[in-house]
Amino acid sequence: MENILNIFIKSIFIDNMVFAYFLGMCSYLAVSKNVKTAGGLGIAVVFVLVVTLPVNYLLETYVLKAGALAWLGKSFADLDLSFLSFIIFIAVIASIVQLVEMVIEKFSPALYQSLGIFLPLIAVNCAILGGSLFMQEKNFAGIGEAVSYSLGSGIGWLLAIVAIAAIREKLQYSDVPKPLRGLGITFIITGLMGIAFMSFLGIKL
Amino acid sequence: MGLLSTGNKKVLINPFSKSNPVIVLVLGICSALAVTAKLEPALVMSASVVVVVAFSNVIISLLRNTIPGRIRIIVQLVVAATLVTIVNEILKAYAYDVSKQLSVFVGLIITNCILMGRLEAFALGNKPWPAFLDGVGNGLGYGMILVIVAFFRELLGSGTLLGYRVIPQALYDAGYMNNGLMILPPMALIVVACIIWVHRARNKDLQEN
Repeated sequence: MENILNIFIKSIFIDNMVFAYFLGMCSYLAVSKNVKTAGGLGIAVVFVLVVTLPVNYLLETYVLKAGALAWLGKSFADLDLSFLSFIIFIAVIASIVQLVEMVIEKFSPALYQSLGIFLPLIAVNCAILGGSLFMQEKNFAGIGEAVSYSLGSGIGWLLAIVAIAAIREKLQYSDVPKPLRGLGITFIITGLMGIAFMSFLGIKL
Repeated sequence: MGLLSTGNKKVLINPFSKSNPVIVLVLGICSALAVTAKLEPALVMSASVVVVVAFSNVIISLLRNTIPGRIRIIVQLVVAATLVTIVNEILKAYAYDVSKQLSVFVGLIITNCILMGRLEAFALGNKPWPAFLDGVGNGLGYGMILVIVAFFRELLGSGTLLGYRVIPQALYDAGYMNNGLMILPPMALIVVACIIWVHRARNKDLQEN
């Protein structure tokens, strides 16, 4: 239990998707012009991460890892399918995103109105695939840890995009040198926020 | 039509400055920043991206008349994932240390926005040969930024280039110190911002209001 909480806190603040690994930067830069849409995209990312990462975790442990197919019988015990993981992960993500989009459209049109436009974008967001690939590298002990990791990294991403959107809204009133306007200054601010986030290094529960 | 007619040359050259994928179109930032702490992984990463973008461009361009519009994203992802898997296996076999350093970022070429952007914008509407050139050009344009960033980060951060010490011992004796901050992730963003600054100061038409 303690371990799960630790992973959760760590993935939000220390291993933050944006500031430590630069994942999902494309949509982070493109959709951070105002807080409301940024929040919408952030929530959609949390949602998709929490759905896809545990599914990929199960696939990884019971199908792809070296010796993972042992439950099928003795002859499968020394099979290693991990070279297939990129294709499987991206197929799972693309199809789950499609599925989620259809389910939301059917059952909650209001939510679809606010999240719907972002969902197709998310299939190719590196934060989602990155989450699954990091999961593969971290060797989690159980599905609980995988879920808490997915929730934590999603929330970390949401936090980052909402914060930068709020700063960019205020930035419109400041006098930035012309060549730096827009993209350049956003990069610098993200860098400064990253340095601030580094002060969380070493926190352990 | 020659192999390198004016139109094709433009397709190849443009991504270097006017429509550079990283600093003008803002594509593929994710991996561009993460692998640039040292020069060697940056070079390997650029080479992998050139190969993957060029060949997936060709494959999608060959298939462009047979792919149904509704499922094209999934087809593109599968093509990209296959090529990336091949590149990853080759790296593991011949450059194991670098492949360990690049860790998940080789896999992330699949969702690299340059790849998807080029497939959507160029390969779906063009013949294989221009598509190949477009892929090579964009891959190299991306690689150029990576190499510039990695050059400064490795030089200032560890005083080496490709692992060889280039800053003479005499300078250290005189009190020069490596700037440890350059190795940390946030500095990649700030170095890229400086490149954008210089680039836009020279190309006034790219400035935003």
